[in-house]
Amino acid sequence: MNAVAEPRPARDVLLYLDGVTVSFDGFKALNNLSLVVEDGELRTIIGPNGAGKTTMMDVVTGKTRPDSGDVFFRGSEDLTRLDEAAIANLGIGRKFQRPTVFENLTVFDNLDLALADSRSTWRTLFARPAAAQRETIDATLSRIGLAAESGSLAGALSHGQKQWLEIGMLLIHDRQLLLLDEPVAGLTDRETEETAALILDLARDRTIIVVEHDMAFVRSLGARVTVLHEGSVLAEGSIDYVQNHPRVIEVYLGR
Amino acid sequence: MADPTVIAARGAWGPAFWARFAATGLVLAVVVPVLNRGVSPTSFAALPDYLVPLLGKYLCYAILALSLDLIWGYAGILSLGQAAFFALGGYCMGMYLMRQIGTRGVYQNPILPDFMVFLQYKELPWFWYGFDHFAWALSTIVLVPGLLAFVFGWLAFRSRVSGVYLSIITQAMTYALLLAFFRNDMGFGGNNGLTDYKDILGWDVHSPGTRLGLYLASVAGLGAAYLICRFVTRSKLGRVLLALRDAESRVRFLGYSVTNAKLFVFTLSAVLAGVAGALYVPQVGIINPSEFSPGNSIEVAIWVSVGGRGTLVGAILGAVLVNFGKTWLTGAFPEVWLFVLGGLFVVTTLVFPRGIVGLAQQFGWARAPIAPAAVEDKPVAVEEQA
Repeated sequence: MNAVAEPRPARDVLLYLDGVTVSFDGFKALNNLSLVVEDGELRTIIGPNGAGKTTMMDVVTGKTRPDSGDVFFRGSEDLTRLDEAAIANLGIGRKFQRPTVFENLTVFDNLDLALADSRSTWRTLFARPAAAQRETIDATLSRIGLAAESGSLAGALSHGQKQWLEIGMLLIHDRQLLLLDEPVAGLTDRETEETAALILDLARDRTIIVVEHDMAFVRSLGARVTVLHEGSVLAEGSIDYVQNHPRVIEVYLGR
Repeated sequence: MADPTVIAARGAWGPAFWARFAATGLVLAVVVPVLNRGVSPTSFAALPDYLVPLLGKYLCYAILALSLDLIWGYAGILSLGQAAFFALGGYCMGMYLMRQIGTRGVYQNPILPDFMVFLQYKELPWFWYGFDHFAWALSTIVLVPGLLAFVFGWLAFRSRVSGVYLSIITQAMTYALLLAFFRNDMGFGGNNGLTDYKDILGWDVHSPGTRLGLYLASVAGLGAAYLICRFVTRSKLGRVLLALRDAESRVRFLGYSVTNAKLFVFTLSAVLAGVAGALYVPQVGIINPSEFSPGNSIEVAIWVSVGGRGTLVGAILGAVLVNFGKTWLTGAFPEVWLFVLGGLFVVTTLVFPRGIVGLAQQFGWARAPIAPAAVEDKPVAVEEQA
């Protein structure tokens, strides 16, 4: 392993990737990637385009199967053997780069589908809206500032509102690990600030991995940073540590 | 503002809905029989006997259209094999009707239908056993299309075959069945199919009373199919289906099994199509392999688009109106019908993509649905471009 990391205190490991390789037609999107995320951690992942950030998320959420390597959640759950739905039900949520909400459903129904409830086809056929669930949804609506849009179609929301709705959908399920792919892409400065505050708030009781390009945003999160380059970890540490790291400056920050 | 789920639930099964449902049912189930039997045949209002099975046929097509709309309009699965499930249900009913003929056939064989005697069968093939019992026939009408759809759907959806590829393989399935049923050694009467029925449950299939009964059974079938489809589409599962139609992988990442949800509606849809076929056969008096022809399945998609994809009422309206047009035009100007049908499809797609119901909503004649259907196809889910 060629990664250079700052030492840090040990906590329980939540997500463990070891020697993960994914290639597409000979191109190694991930090259022997090893990454450990501890329980309760807020982690930011940066890296130039093509560094493997999105592929890493695809591997963790079951969208892409690695050619080799181990991916474990909570020490014992082998994520390489599970499909997307099973991984989601273990408590791993994902927000995509482009906001993907269900445009033909109302904001309320979007959250209703994301609610922690039975996912069985049969149960959903006979599901009846319960008062407790409605309260949870209303609470989430106020938290993401969309209470007034409850009955509108999600497709009618602004870009920023869709990003927030998608975060709300992750939040309402109370998942243990959230993967956020460029949560502030296309947002205004003000929305970016609000999103940073929301993420810091969320990070108090769950583990979050944020992939981001916006360095000011990464700095505002103040979290441990992992730099990916050509499918493996180049450096890992505080934002100041990685920004002063000579290899990082060479491949990413400097030109 | 109260939350929309509750409004949707109340609106879906409230008194206003039941009033509309009952009114429609009343027209179909009371007015038609009264005009047929209660009015003097010479009166201007009288409904001649020959029109009753024709109306019944339209209603069977309406059930078929509902079955496609359920999967295409709500889950984005464009099955071009609906006619296959329809024909299979029809064949199951046809087999029952053949066994009722008994010694009244041309060859007067008490067990073997005429075509088997003609083809020198010595005994009844095993899969014809039990078809002398109506209950068995009814079970097969549900089980045969249902099982085929379940197995086919399981293989397709598990491998994540969707969009145009799914349409193609369903079309291939119906074509394969067409070729198979054309063969005499399949034991289903080959090219000629099953026909020359005498009676159903002891009633003469040609008598006006039985025909009215079959028509009423079709009304009941359509009513039940509509209620089932409405229940599914207004349930939480219905919202999962809409969600997966628009962003399939997002639904997976929420933890829902897209395979199971699709498999459920696809199987249900095939069963509905099978029931439609079973109601259709005794009213038209014949089932043959041409019912499997690929064009039939495509026609169903046209009915649904004309009526309004993603609206159940639209599917019913589309099926009835297009088929009424077909009956009239193939009688009056037989050579133009296919051009009209093709033109209708093009015009619908280009000019009023939300169909008749969409048009009515635009002019305020109908209320907008709770969750309007997307008309634009999204072949690639958004996140897959990431």
